Amino acid sequence: MKHSRRITLGAAAIAASAALILSGCSSSSGTGDTASSSGGALTPVKLQLQWFTQAQFAGYYAALDQGYFADEGLDVTIVEGGTDIVPQTQLADGAVDYAVAWVPKALASREQGAGITDVAQILQKSGTLQVSMADKNITTAADLKGKTVGNWGYGNEFEMFAGITKAGLDPATDVKLVQQAFDESGLLDGSIDAAQAETYNEYAQILETMNPATGKLYQPSDLNVIDWNTEGTAMLQDAIWANTEKLNSDQAYQDQTVKFLTAALKGWIYARDNPEKASAIVVAKGSQLGASHQLWQTNEINKLIWPSAAGVGIIDDASWKQTVDVAMTAKNLEGTTVITKAPDSDAYTNTYVQKALDALKAEGVDVTGTSYKPITVTLTEGGK
Amino acid sequence: MTMTTGAGLARRRWSALLWGLLGVVLLAVLWEGYKAIGPPTGVVLFDTSILPKTDDRSMPHLVDMLSRAIEPVNTSAGSPPVWVAVIGAALTSLGVAAVGWAIGSVVGFLIALLMQRLQVAERAVLPWLILSQTVPLIALAPVIVAWGGKIQIGAFSWDRWMSVAVIASYLAFFPVAVGALRGLQSPDTIHVELMRTYNAGWFRTLLKLRLPASVPYLLPALRLGAASAIVGTVVAEVSTGYKGGIGRMIIEFAQSGTSDPAKAYAPIAGAVVLGLVSAGIVALIGLTLKRFNRQEAAS
Repeated sequence: MKHSRRITLGAAAIAASAALILSGCSSSSGTGDTASSSGGALTPVKLQLQWFTQAQFAGYYAALDQGYFADEGLDVTIVEGGTDIVPQTQLADGAVDYAVAWVPKALASREQGAGITDVAQILQKSGTLQVSMADKNITTAADLKGKTVGNWGYGNEFEMFAGITKAGLDPATDVKLVQQAFDESGLLDGSIDAAQAETYNEYAQILETMNPATGKLYQPSDLNVIDWNTEGTAMLQDAIWANTEKLNSDQAYQDQTVKFLTAALKGWIYARDNPEKASAIVVAKGSQLGASHQLWQTNEINKLIWPSAAGVGIIDDASWKQTVDVAMTAKNLEGTTVITKAPDSDAYTNTYVQKALDALKAEGVDVTGTSYKPITVTLTEGGK
Repeated sequence: MTMTTGAGLARRRWSALLWGLLGVVLLAVLWEGYKAIGPPTGVVLFDTSILPKTDDRSMPHLVDMLSRAIEPVNTSAGSPPVWVAVIGAALTSLGVAAVGWAIGSVVGFLIALLMQRLQVAERAVLPWLILSQTVPLIALAPVIVAWGGKIQIGAFSWDRWMSVAVIASYLAFFPVAVGALRGLQSPDTIHVELMRTYNAGWFRTLLKLRLPASVPYLLPALRLGAASAIVGTVVAEVSTGYKGGIGRMIIEFAQSGTSDPAKAYAPIAGAVVLGLVSAGIVALIGLTLKRFNRQEAAS
């Protein structure tokens, strides 16, 4: 009796695991965010992000949600990043068609042989800050002298090193540099005087935390920030990169790039004009961070894009030059620079983004956002 | 020391459960105890942190973790409570890990068969097996994702979850291969020679002697493989950014670690439970083979 019960149990377990395996297999659908193709042959296109779904990429999700990609005949799949996914490598390997990456990191990959070209500069300004408590009186890079300064490493630190050097300090001896986790707990418990933070993410996380001294959330007035844009060592961040070889030889890829950029920029314009809706689209795409945090992020990303005098996505020569200068001269603690020689002429091109802008202007869309005004976002504890 | 009476068996089960619970309580007491008496800034010796900080951000109270687990994930409409989301993510991970475990077990067993059949194969392959487990997972993940991204055969296209399953199977096949080989080689010479006197060929010896004899070695190996598959799945999810599973959820919740520290512990607990559940499922599968499992039955 007992024997047969055991066998029944075991058989049930086998059946259960078989069901699990099948469910694992069937979970295949719905892993990517594929645009619903309403008949007609759409060209499949993959876009690789640097990180998980969040409002930093609101424009692409808005373009997908509003059907802008489908309007251009593209069936776009947005591929999320992971801790070990390097977008520019995925692009150079041909696993995806376009990738979003920071300019200095992508330039470093180019120097190592990745054949990629910046075809649209979405963020015109750097979002990186060095945040400190107001009572420490750290408002410029020169004030960092003798302080404990946090940085993330992994190539995120060069603006700061250039800023410290520019202020006449030696990063190796005049400041105490510490490796910072990807959160702001070091700043809040006082083990770091000035911590690295992105305006659209980590800075908001500080403002979502209860200040034990006041019993309210931390306010911007409780904090000082060093903005590398004003210090003059900012580097260009999120840009859309394309495959250089295909750009130079493949007519279909060139046309597709213009279409892709047209739809993506239209998505960013949608996010500018409808920040609440764009944020809701991102939340609906399964971001685990809360709604108020995503709205903050959408708004801050908008501030880094708009107003865009030459048109959204145009790569500004001066900003590019500053990025390359810092990338070639700023040394980190190991004494290395991001790149060793100036990038060749394939590193960026405004050809495709200009065509995309012309197409958008012909539609009567405002591509410069001269009258752009950011909204006011109220953060809640924990960003829920 | 087998207890044969039903009452003895029941008593042993209860005491096992009791000890298990005691372990959990002990862990809770350790956590809260250290939090109560430990210095808030932690213990730092020569600039190296020896003991963790005890403030609420670094070590939230267990009560906070539990109460956070029953609140919704975020304020968007229809957001499920954290524990429901964790269970959903755990089931997704379990499905992917099961695929990885199944592939890994089959491959591992086939390799073991090959190594048993051909001594030269054992000499040639075994060092490679050991070498394979020294390759760090984080080096492997991007490569598998990049290769997978190029596979497109007709309507079939490679999905991210398949990369995760492959990485899980890569971890799971090793204990199975080694354990199965030990098991297949476990029959005494006298038994092998008996089979020879029966004029039984390799296949018949395998079927009648080696396979039954391998069961006591195979079952722990399969359990180990299941645990490895879970670890592989969680790490690979983080590494490749596969959405929906528990590993990805750990990272996403940890992102709000500054402002909502208690939230991150729910998926970690979920991952632990997942490991236990998978080992339990394999143990149940093992029940069908109880007849061959003399050693495990006695333990």
